[in-house]
Amino acid sequence: MSLLDVRELRTSFRTDDGVVKAVDGVSFSVEKGQTLGIVGESGCGKSVTCLTIMGLNNRRNTITSGEALFNGEDLLTMSSRRLREIRGNDVAMIFQDPMTSLNPVHKIGRQLVEAILLHRDVSKKVAQARALELLKAVGIPRADRRIDDYPHQFSGGMRQRVMIAMALVNDPDLLIADEPTTALDVTTQAQILTLMSRLQQEFGSAIIIITHDLGVVAEVAHEVVVMYAAQIVERGTADSIFSRPHHPYTWGLLGSLPRLDADVERLVQIPGQPPSLLNPPRGCRFHPRCPYVMDICRADHPDLLPVTADPEHLQRCHLDEETKDREAEKLLAGTLAQAQAQVRTG
Amino acid sequence: MATQVTTTNGTAAGEDLLVVEDLEKHFPVTRGIVFQKQVGAVRAVDGVSFRVREGETLGVVGESGCGKSTMARCIMRLIDPTGGRVVFRGRDITNLSRADMRPIRRELMMIFQDPYASLNSRKRVGFIVAEALEVHKLGTDAEIKRRVQELLEVVGLNPEHYNRFPHEFSGGQRQRIGVARALAVNPKLIVCDEPVSALDVSVQAQILNLLKDLQKEFGLTYIFIAHDLNVVRHISDRVAVMYLGKIKEYAPRNQLYDAPKHPYTGALLSAVPIPNPELGRLRKPIVLEGDVPSPLNPPAACNFHPRCPRFQPGHCDVEPPPLYPFGDGQFAACHYPLERWPLNEDEMRNPAQAAAVSGATQTTP
Repeated sequence: MSLLDVRELRTSFRTDDGVVKAVDGVSFSVEKGQTLGIVGESGCGKSVTCLTIMGLNNRRNTITSGEALFNGEDLLTMSSRRLREIRGNDVAMIFQDPMTSLNPVHKIGRQLVEAILLHRDVSKKVAQARALELLKAVGIPRADRRIDDYPHQFSGGMRQRVMIAMALVNDPDLLIADEPTTALDVTTQAQILTLMSRLQQEFGSAIIIITHDLGVVAEVAHEVVVMYAAQIVERGTADSIFSRPHHPYTWGLLGSLPRLDADVERLVQIPGQPPSLLNPPRGCRFHPRCPYVMDICRADHPDLLPVTADPEHLQRCHLDEETKDREAEKLLAGTLAQAQAQVRTG
Repeated sequence: MATQVTTTNGTAAGEDLLVVEDLEKHFPVTRGIVFQKQVGAVRAVDGVSFRVREGETLGVVGESGCGKSTMARCIMRLIDPTGGRVVFRGRDITNLSRADMRPIRRELMMIFQDPYASLNSRKRVGFIVAEALEVHKLGTDAEIKRRVQELLEVVGLNPEHYNRFPHEFSGGQRQRIGVARALAVNPKLIVCDEPVSALDVSVQAQILNLLKDLQKEFGLTYIFIAHDLNVVRHISDRVAVMYLGKIKEYAPRNQLYDAPKHPYTGALLSAVPIPNPELGRLRKPIVLEGDVPSPLNPPAACNFHPRCPRFQPGHCDVEPPPLYPFGDGQFAACHYPLERWPLNEDEMRNPAQAAAVSGATQTTP
């Protein structure tokens, strides 16, 4: 049994303009000790998927269906009391912006201790020792003094470390990180990613990492889900997604990265904008922006089907395998040269 | 480079469009309410020199807080530098009055980072783009309107959206409006301050392509500020790496990315994630410890020394390194530059060993 098994998850929001289907039939699973990367443009439903799993959507205007089985228990239907027990204890979340997710008027030590006392029956002293231990584990220098600092006294990278420490207070089995490095510089990003993979090895947690940076996903993820307009368009192991992507949208994402082998005059660009989820396009949701669009794409919504060569690799596209092989080859010839050039330099 | 700059009044050296010499911006830190006393200074920009040739793109990279944006604002005279000179088309603009500055502003434009905050949300797009034309009195109302619609078309927006408000556009479209506004008065130099860092990768590609096309079409010169090394590589002809208010390395693009000399540049390059898992596993990034120190009290001599893997006590923290030349227009401010690239971690930490290895391998290929 997987640690987390998400089946046909659907989340809709009632708004003044109508019902927005923010997540529309998403299924994936995460095994213990593994990292799942979710990529896609803003507004494609990556974050809402995770907020739904954590039960953090506003109940008043949200309609949810499907299942999210965590160790066999459905997170979507359980009582809010049981959910509170699990949240912050077995499942923890790291948010994108550490400045707005830490309480600015409390010392970080107090915020860490609060999270421990909520879930553990321990004395304040023990909790404080545990908080200090965690701050040291995430590599905050002079942790014994900094535990009494306020969030504004920390730099962006240090705040993100505090967020990670807070997520780890109760040794969670599953860690959900929503764009954990987007607000950071590349050197700090390297520090945080190294830290996360070290902690994963130490604690054996599973990680879901949401990002729009394909480089970061390639670095840390074992499995990758590519989302577009509230649905999964491609899913597979990181190696297979990056070595043989099957969906034109994934090609577009890979091609729009500036390359380090230089001298490409123009980047491949995905024309247009992501569609409105109020009224998604008929047929394949990517067809208005797809350079390979055929008649069938406008009429018929493709299913998420396994690739013939690799049953673990799922994709949602009508294009025949032959054309795909040819196009993906063309794209990868460039990116591979890029990556090799980069390894040479690293 | 800085040392050879000899600009006399009125004539720029060669085809240099912009020459910046020893630019400094120190923000005073004061204490006291009635009797304010200066107790220190934030050295945001601390002696930066470079030149930009007509028609080229100078990329500026660095971590947040390294003074990139302050430098851009000093060049634009949005804030006044505390020292140094900015020479634009042979004319020293550092101390020009507001009135004297006005005609020059037509030739110096800026594109800002945040497309949500940099457009006035209460004005229509047509007004935002036309404002500079009206300030400089370039044409009648009808002419300005035609010009604005033309500009919207050039940047890939529908000219009929003239009367819409910024909130009706997506992030990428707003950044296009920002580009149209900068283009309106036919500037020579556009300073782009992180123009794509707030955008999704697919939209980022659209804006980068647009900037490149416009450069070709109108012969624009860019100063392109970003923290993403891949983006800077894609768009720049030459690149300056900044750290704590100082330029650490300055080189033509290919030299900088293929053979960096400064350990900081090396660390930055090695930290860029690779979008390929197989190759990514082979790579060992040089992870820098700690954060960028406070510019209020920067480290002595080489300001990178507390984080530098090649730090040599008694030298790096005593003697500030000048920008040493390395040929072909490459300069790096380091006493122990990288002998070759790539280096493994041991060689990175031990300059002598790397020198020996590079001496041995240089003869073989």
